[in-house]
Amino acid sequence: MTSSATALVEVQGLVKHFPFERGYFGLGRPRAVVRAVDDISFAIMPGQTLGLVGESGCGKSTVARSILRLIEPDAGRVAIDGVNVVTLGGRELRALRRRMQIVFQDPYGSLNPRLTVRQTLAEPLAIHHLATGSDAERRIAALLEEVGLDPGFAKSYAHELSGGQRQRVGIARALSVEPQFLVLDEPVSALDVSVQAQVLNLLADLQQRRRLTYLFIAHDLAVVKHVADHVAVMYLGKIVERAPAAALYAAPRHPYTTSLLSAVPVPDPNAQRPRIVLTGDVPSPAHPPAGCPFHPRCPHPKKDARCRTEPPALREVAPGQVAACHYAEEPL
Amino acid sequence: MTEPLLRIRDLKTYFVTEHGSGTARAVDGVSFDLYPGETLGLVGESGCGKTVTSLSVLRLIPEPPGHIRPGSFIEFAGRNLLTLAPRELRAIRGNQIAMIFQEPMTSLNPVFTVGDQIAEAAIVHQRLSRRAARARAIEMLKLVGIPDPAQRVDHYPHQMSGGMRQRVMIAMALVCHPKVLIADEPTTALDVTIQAQILELLERLQAELGMAVMLITHDLGVVAGTADRVVVMYAGQVVEQAPTPELFARPLHPYTDGLLASVPRLDAPPVRARGRLHGIPGQVPAASEWPGGCRFHPRCPYAWDRCRDEEPPLLDASTGEPGTHTVRCWLLTEPQRRTARPLP
Repeated sequence: MTSSATALVEVQGLVKHFPFERGYFGLGRPRAVVRAVDDISFAIMPGQTLGLVGESGCGKSTVARSILRLIEPDAGRVAIDGVNVVTLGGRELRALRRRMQIVFQDPYGSLNPRLTVRQTLAEPLAIHHLATGSDAERRIAALLEEVGLDPGFAKSYAHELSGGQRQRVGIARALSVEPQFLVLDEPVSALDVSVQAQVLNLLADLQQRRRLTYLFIAHDLAVVKHVADHVAVMYLGKIVERAPAAALYAAPRHPYTTSLLSAVPVPDPNAQRPRIVLTGDVPSPAHPPAGCPFHPRCPHPKKDARCRTEPPALREVAPGQVAACHYAEEPL
Repeated sequence: MTEPLLRIRDLKTYFVTEHGSGTARAVDGVSFDLYPGETLGLVGESGCGKTVTSLSVLRLIPEPPGHIRPGSFIEFAGRNLLTLAPRELRAIRGNQIAMIFQEPMTSLNPVFTVGDQIAEAAIVHQRLSRRAARARAIEMLKLVGIPDPAQRVDHYPHQMSGGMRQRVMIAMALVCHPKVLIADEPTTALDVTIQAQILELLERLQAELGMAVMLITHDLGVVAGTADRVVVMYAGQVVEQAPTPELFARPLHPYTDGLLASVPRLDAPPVRARGRLHGIPGQVPAASEWPGGCRFHPRCPYAWDRCRDEEPPLLDASTGEPGTHTVRCWLLTEPQRRTARPLP
């Protein structure tokens, strides 16, 4: 990410904490907070894809929702084309939402079962006063065609569609308002591999045709490698490494990135790869470890007292590559 | 060659569909063997029949709506499991053949401690006393790598993480030292770092206990790393089976080939060629309406008349010992038709 001046999406110091463990019946003061997103920053250039990866509970979906203000962030700045999303009022926010849309993971849960595909797609067109009547009909047919569905599907209900078809409808719904920026929250992880490939191809085509900017959230590093220009790796609410995709996959600097990469099964029985099997589970984000949040599981041989006490800052360790590890100069 | 431990022949498990109008032929004539000590990968996408196959082995198919057709045959230790009396079956199920399921969240009983759940099989099958069974449960928790097993034995499932629960499931399955372990997507619900732990654990336990593992998965990466042989299923049938290195080096069924081409790969050369994945066009048909002829022909890039009209049998494509690599595809009889595959 060279010049942030021209970035379409810019996130700075994003924070979202969830209070929990209140007294009975949810009364009283919270006794603890989950630091779901803890000071996250990144930028995405127009027409590019940032892959945001991490395991369950690392906060990647909370980042997605905070950016679109589907949940309110506690602090930080999110700029879309220079406009700060965080401070916008209702009407301006709604106008800006035309330019940023989201596709959810679960194609079963994210479509209203009582609406036909036509109604699902007509809704955003009506809300944003983009089209009604026969004009809307035309646009719906064109949208369906664009995502590879026969316009005849307009009459179908969600339950009549397969997972892949539903995900295509979800994408069509997001595209209906002609956004510039799409948040894709695990868009293919609920799909079978052959269908996953179809949807990934579709997303690549759409990006090229419409010059879309993507924030692609996934836990599958192989999928992210296939789609992303830049990659950010999250662990316990923080970005631990961020780099151009080529650099991250060829020479990861954070031991967590290295471990994640080595844990991905490769469909090649002759693969000779060093396998790092991390011990233990991801700690609870309500009680993150002191010092480096990764230290209890870290396999780095240099791990020492400093890792246990001093949180490492995210710093540049190679051109365009930042990592939060005291020993990033001596990667695993 | 050694005798197979489990011999499945012409297994047909059908279901009456919701409206009672049709029959879903979920598993439709499946045959394969499982040898002692090996790991067999059973691979396919949703709806291909891999889970129904495994449930049929233990006769866990709900009847109705399901039924295993007469003529099906599953031999274990010289007996047909499909004709055993319920009592005899119970002596095998959970004892000599055990199973672990995909969902560690829902497959454990929330109102019993994990210790009780692990001990149950030992009490039922091996007639251990409560005290001995509890000691065995602690031993099992230790075996599957759970820290502080003596404390953890009294915990409830909700007090554990997903990875821990899957370890508990494995402990439950292995408490009677089964000869066969059926693992149905054991790592699908888990994060990759936890998946790596569980796969490593299964590998170690298999070596220690010498059991055969039937690993059901959709993940070709998991299969490549763990299985000795692979059976690929599509539309209720076996479409290809081969030793793992052979299958990945020389996938002969266009479906196997398509599956491999669909997966974005971590070990593939440069990032972001904005390359397209080959994929497979179309989608898996419904089990009540398998296409005639070869069931894959509507999605196959090579299909010709014969594929539409005539269902191919499993043909031998072995380079080594006969029968080790079989493929259900007419291309084997007319290899010149296998041309460069067009991009979808």
